[in-house]
Amino acid sequence: MSHTFSPEVIAEIQERARLGGCEVRGLGAKRAVPSFDDLLILSAGISPAPLEGTQERCDTRTVLGTRHAEEPVVLDIPITIAGMSFGSLSAGAKEALGRAAAMTGTSTTTGDGGMAPEERDSSKTLVYQCLPSRYGFDPDDLRSADAVEIVLGQGAAPGGGSVLLGQKVTTSVAFMRDLPEGLDQRAASRHPDWTGPDGLRVKIEELREATSWRIPVYVKIGAARVASDVRHAVEAGADVIVVDGMQGGTGAAQDVFIEHTGIPTLAATRMAADTLRRLSVENEVQLVISGGVRSGADVAKALALGADAVSVGVAALIALGCNSTSDDTGADVSLGYRALGTVPGSCTACHTGGCPVGIATQDDMLADRLDPDFGAERVANYLRALAMETTMLARACGKSSVHDLDTGDLVALTVEAAAMARVPLAGTSWIPGVTD
Amino acid sequence: MTSLPRQSDQRAGRQGDPPAAEVTLDAAALSTREINRSLQALPYGRAVVTNPDGRHNLAVGLDAPVRVEIDGPAGFYAGGLGKQAHITVNGPAGCGVGENLMSGDVHVRGSAGRSAAASARGGVVVVDGGCSSRAGISLKGATLAIGGDAGALCGLLAQSGVILIGGDAGPCLGDSLYEAVLYVGGKIAGLGADAVVEEITQHDVTFVKILAEGCGFDHLSPADVTKVVSTRRLYNMQNHDHGNY
Ligand SMILES: Cc1cc2nc3c(=O)[nH]c(=O)nc-3n(C[C@H](O)[C@H](O)[C@H](O)COP(=O)(O)O)c2cc1C
Ligand code: SF4
Repeated sequence: MSHTFSPEVIAEIQERARLGGCEVRGLGAKRAVPSFDDLLILSAGISPAPLEGTQERCDTRTVLGTRHAEEPVVLDIPITIAGMSFGSLSAGAKEALGRAAAMTGTSTTTGDGGMAPEERDSSKTLVYQCLPSRYGFDPDDLRSADAVEIVLGQGAAPGGGSVLLGQKVTTSVAFMRDLPEGLDQRAASRHPDWTGPDGLRVKIEELREATSWRIPVYVKIGAARVASDVRHAVEAGADVIVVDGMQGGTGAAQDVFIEHTGIPTLAATRMAADTLRRLSVENEVQLVISGGVRSGADVAKALALGADAVSVGVAALIALGCNSTSDDTGADVSLGYRALGTVPGSCTACHTGGCPVGIATQDDMLADRLDPDFGAERVANYLRALAMETTMLARACGKSSVHDLDTGDLVALTVEAAAMARVPLAGTSWIPGVTD
Repeated sequence: MTSLPRQSDQRAGRQGDPPAAEVTLDAAALSTREINRSLQALPYGRAVVTNPDGRHNLAVGLDAPVRVEIDGPAGFYAGGLGKQAHITVNGPAGCGVGENLMSGDVHVRGSAGRSAAASARGGVVVVDGGCSSRAGISLKGATLAIGGDAGALCGLLAQSGVILIGGDAGPCLGDSLYEAVLYVGGKIAGLGADAVVEEITQHDVTFVKILAEGCGFDHLSPADVTKVVSTRRLYNMQNHDHGNY
């Protein structure tokens, strides 16, 4: 078998030859890239000593937006729910995510399609996205939000606009986006009203003026040119920078973007944190990272590398029921996956709208398969478990706050990860590119 | 169809409101924040912002039937994110004038920079002079009336609403247009991908006549406008060629 022309590559070429177009799909990069799995945590020994018992508490409180906002976002845990649009997700899924975030004292985020009423009602702390498409952007929703996030790009497709295929542009989605029903929506990849760093600065000021400087302004970038994008965002006045690594999920994007653009979350996290330090704003501008975060270990490592919080997208959907064999009525939905040409555990078919578990769909019959109450409970359990794992690791490092984790608590398993995270290779004091 | 601009004598305050005193805000002495805070606090009545000197973000986020006059050149986003208010700029306006307008109107008594009325969802933006590139980009239901010429890519990705261009239109007019309708009084340098000229009907002529009159554009002949709409060929992904997608 040829490595260059493997059976998968042959199938992909045949598919392109058939369609004359490129593959669109959901979720994140499938290829293996250096990740948080390539780091290990150096827990405490004689000195420092680990925390003990229940008396020595480990704090998870997280404050975002302390730079300019009168009312920063205060969260109980450093794990937030990433922006996923109503349109790519069903109203029930958005409601469940909002409720789970409220149950665990964290925030959720709107997406490329405006703020669904279910979402505002169910979310205690809601971040409102301002995207290039501006679908459904409404100053009243902006004023009702707890923070606003200007999205410059997503890790899955930095430089590309979002896609929503016609099957999902149903009456209510089309109404919210002001589009004709059933068209394959292609969104702009650039904001309509500003370009360049100076334009961003004025845009940020406009959003602040419209909200009386009350709520924080986040800027989200797809991790590609991280150092310069972070610098520009800081200089433009952002309160919080959200960096979404290349493993980050999507509701629908071209596979060529998902697999071939951007840099891994691991590298992006360190680069972004270093840039904030270089600009001497690490205590002023908060860093949120996302892209492939799955476990408390990932959270602890991201925080140790300099993030203030993480966002989860795909993992929250999996907790909600994505890729599960049964739905909330208890029915086996394996046939639904087969209809999409896949099986539970391998599905990335969010773009089709035929989600067998009622999450990434606008079909009422499919959406009924998700019970928002049960879904919210599962996502809340998952978020609690992540927070618990994070504190377990921080406590083992002798830290009384998860935010006290630092790069001294990390070593790398591979030379690549050591170079990207700028931490020593395990068992050595060697940091490639930093020490000899 | 979108609303037409109201006559100026209907614009001040709500019917039956007691006449509010006119507030004067001197931009030379006040910060943008102070100016907007004062404007946002007005429930009705009139305000004049003097010495704007190209200041960005003036009269942003208003949500009351107030009349605001910016007495001189305004910077970016004049009247942006607004509802109900009636804003006049006595001079040119910068980029993104009337950006994301929801209702009310913004009248520029001069020319406007890039992206006028970007993504505006309701209300009317009137520019007496010309507009730079991308006027009416991503328009979502508002009306944009340009007395003079429009630069390149006017109506780019415009989803719904109306753009009237009294003068000439630049290259790539209506590129990637959705359901918005464009009327051009002068010449068109070139159409963008998916834009096409459509025959005008009596309904179009009447509509343009009322709109032009409401805006005070007496230099254009409604019966002679060119109407541009979408071919809707890019509505399905299999129709996209690699250059357009
Ligand atoms: C179904 C789905 C829809 C998404 N929609 C949006 C969106 O509307 N706006 C946005 O900025 N990011 C969107 N994203 C990206 C997420 O906000 C986030 O950056 C990403 O999911 C993080 O990576 P993870 O999924 O590996 O946790 C979406 C992701 C998914 C999975
Ligand atoms: S199960 Fe649903 S949400 Fe999960 S990947 Fe498949 S279509 Fe997307």
